[in-house]
Amino acid sequence: MTDTNDTRSQMPLGLAQRGYTGVIQHLSARDAGSALSDIELESRLIELGFVEGARVEVLHEGLVGRDPIAVRVDNITIAVRRREAMAIIVA
Amino acid sequence: MELPLLHLALVGTPNSGKTSLFNALTGSRQKVANYPGVTVERKEGFFVTPLGRQVSVVDLPGTYSLRGRSPDEEITRDFVLGKASGETVPDLVLCVADSTNLRLTIRLLLELKRTGRPMILVLNMFDIASRRGITVDVERLAKELGVPVVTSIAVRKGGTADLLKLTDEISAKLAAEPQESSWRALTVSELRATQREADRIIADCVSLPSRPDTWTARIDAVVLHPVGGLILLALILFVMFQAVFAWAHPLMELLQSGFDALGELVHATLPDGLLQSFLQNGVISGVGSVIVFLPQIIIIFLFILLLEDFGYMARAAFLMDRIMGGAGLHGRAFIPLLSSFACAIPGIMATRVIDNKRDRLTTILIAPLMTCSARIPVYTLIISAFIPAKEVWGVINLQGLVMFGLYATGIVSALLVSFLIKFFMLRDYAPAPFMLELPDYKMPRLKSIAIGIFTRAKMFLQRAGTTIFSMMVLIWFLASFPQPPAGSTEPAIDFSLAAIIGKAIEPLLAPVGFNWQIAVALIPGMAAREVAVAALGTVYAIEGGKEAAEQIGQVLATKWSLATALSMLAWYIFAPQCASTLAVIRRETGSWTWMAVTFTYMLVLAYAASLLTYNVAVALGAG
Repeated sequence: MTDTNDTRSQMPLGLAQRGYTGVIQHLSARDAGSALSDIELESRLIELGFVEGARVEVLHEGLVGRDPIAVRVDNITIAVRRREAMAIIVA
Repeated sequence: MELPLLHLALVGTPNSGKTSLFNALTGSRQKVANYPGVTVERKEGFFVTPLGRQVSVVDLPGTYSLRGRSPDEEITRDFVLGKASGETVPDLVLCVADSTNLRLTIRLLLELKRTGRPMILVLNMFDIASRRGITVDVERLAKELGVPVVTSIAVRKGGTADLLKLTDEISAKLAAEPQESSWRALTVSELRATQREADRIIADCVSLPSRPDTWTARIDAVVLHPVGGLILLALILFVMFQAVFAWAHPLMELLQSGFDALGELVHATLPDGLLQSFLQNGVISGVGSVIVFLPQIIIIFLFILLLEDFGYMARAAFLMDRIMGGAGLHGRAFIPLLSSFACAIPGIMATRVIDNKRDRLTTILIAPLMTCSARIPVYTLIISAFIPAKEVWGVINLQGLVMFGLYATGIVSALLVSFLIKFFMLRDYAPAPFMLELPDYKMPRLKSIAIGIFTRAKMFLQRAGTTIFSMMVLIWFLASFPQPPAGSTEPAIDFSLAAIIGKAIEPLLAPVGFNWQIAVALIPGMAAREVAVAALGTVYAIEGGKEAAEQIGQVLATKWSLATALSMLAWYIFAPQCASTLAVIRRETGSWTWMAVTFTYMLVLAYAASLLTYNVAVALGAG
């Protein structure tokens, strides 16, 4: 697992294109600029399954500003805006 | 000895199939009410176990955790902890999981365990999981979790047999003294640790195939396509509104002729006089003219429930999020606004899914602008009386086009109002996050849909039987008393209280082209919009006799000018909404101010729209 991750640079999921696949490295709510408090945003992301080590794939994008995005997180699909997805650091 | 009633509570994440399990267990033995003090829907049902134990089961609102960040989630938390006012602590908690998606539920269950309540994990939709090649080591899972585990297929006959058997076994040996709860809100690191623990247990007990649900992926490729998806959404809405009018028509005709025949019967059997007039004009033609719309209400709820059960509603919110964001609305507002096409009351109650207060308030304020089914009677009546049923451009029915225009005007005004609210009132607005699970598609379950429609139809008929009935009695009374002096040649209604009230208001409404009969109808129309039609029916029936009662549309066509009819349509796009909607707004916002704001702004819009419509129509020669 780690061998593929080391060779890829980390980036926020909020910048990922459709078709991107990766693994969650860590959560960084401070960088998201969400209307939610850091703790609240982080809690909600965890509750929807965005935890370290989860595999993610960007399945769909909205029409306006390619936002929101539909993300496959392990075996469920979550819709999230790019703004909040900035808190999810993937590689 | 009769054992006491066993109290069960269903807890689970949204989309876990909780409600279909609830329906499977209780069938139609359900009671829908509100929790005291809040407008969270409380669904309780009853059944008897194979060993004859009487059981009450409460379907708690779906939640991902016990943190309680919305009124719904607080109810679930308080109920399980035994802190909900006036509620019995559940003897047994059924934690319901979608077997194809265990991660989030197992984490919720680990948190629930801390409450100390006896619990069963129900692996629901187990058939779908098996079909996808997911295997669960049920015994091991139960051992690792320290909680009994049972599989169930809520949608299949007998699919809950194991659950019922286990309930009997466990309830027989439930400890008399409740265990202490060690639950407290989890910190972020505890939450993370719980999810890790859940993932570890799942890795040990569940083998997942690598292939996801191919059907969901295939359907989503079309449904969530940035452009194609929006076209499809528009198409679905178009078909829905066509169906509401085209499919319902034969049934409505049938109901109408039934009520007409009943009225005739009463007319023929009873001697002329007050009782005959009360039954025929007040009760049968009044209540009947509202019940006729039952088929349309059933059809609109059929569509909403089907789309919801199929899993489409969350997709619609995804597609509409940014587009609605332009008008200052949250993507999640789409579902409440769509429900408002049926009735603003469930729509306003559905805004509870929006956790940001401002987003929620904006949605509540504009929900009554969505054309609710109670306006359909008014629209249908006036359109069929005044708009010729001719074809335009060969294919489109002109009446249908006008109807579509009325709906569209409602939607556009709602977006404009929302934009203005965002612009003037809530300027320091930071967009609230949009985070939503897109569940796998599922075949809608006939039984669930049937129960859902049945509950709503019952609510509508109860309303017709109570609010609308009493309004009709009042209108009949006002229109019939005082009786004309003996020997007078003018219509009896000219001497009535209704005429006195109507004529007093008439000067205010004259600029928009309304006569005193309309003024009389508008007042009860505030109790429930559809009553306006019935009230017009009663007023003109008492004025014109039996013939008028049978064909209210034809009477209007002779008594009103086209400009007045159009003005009335414009008025009802905004129509200061019904009393029950105002009551719900008051309850949901907890403020008389917002209720007054809604009433005032809609009244102003209605008057302005009618004034404009009437004067333009008169200027064009339709006066």
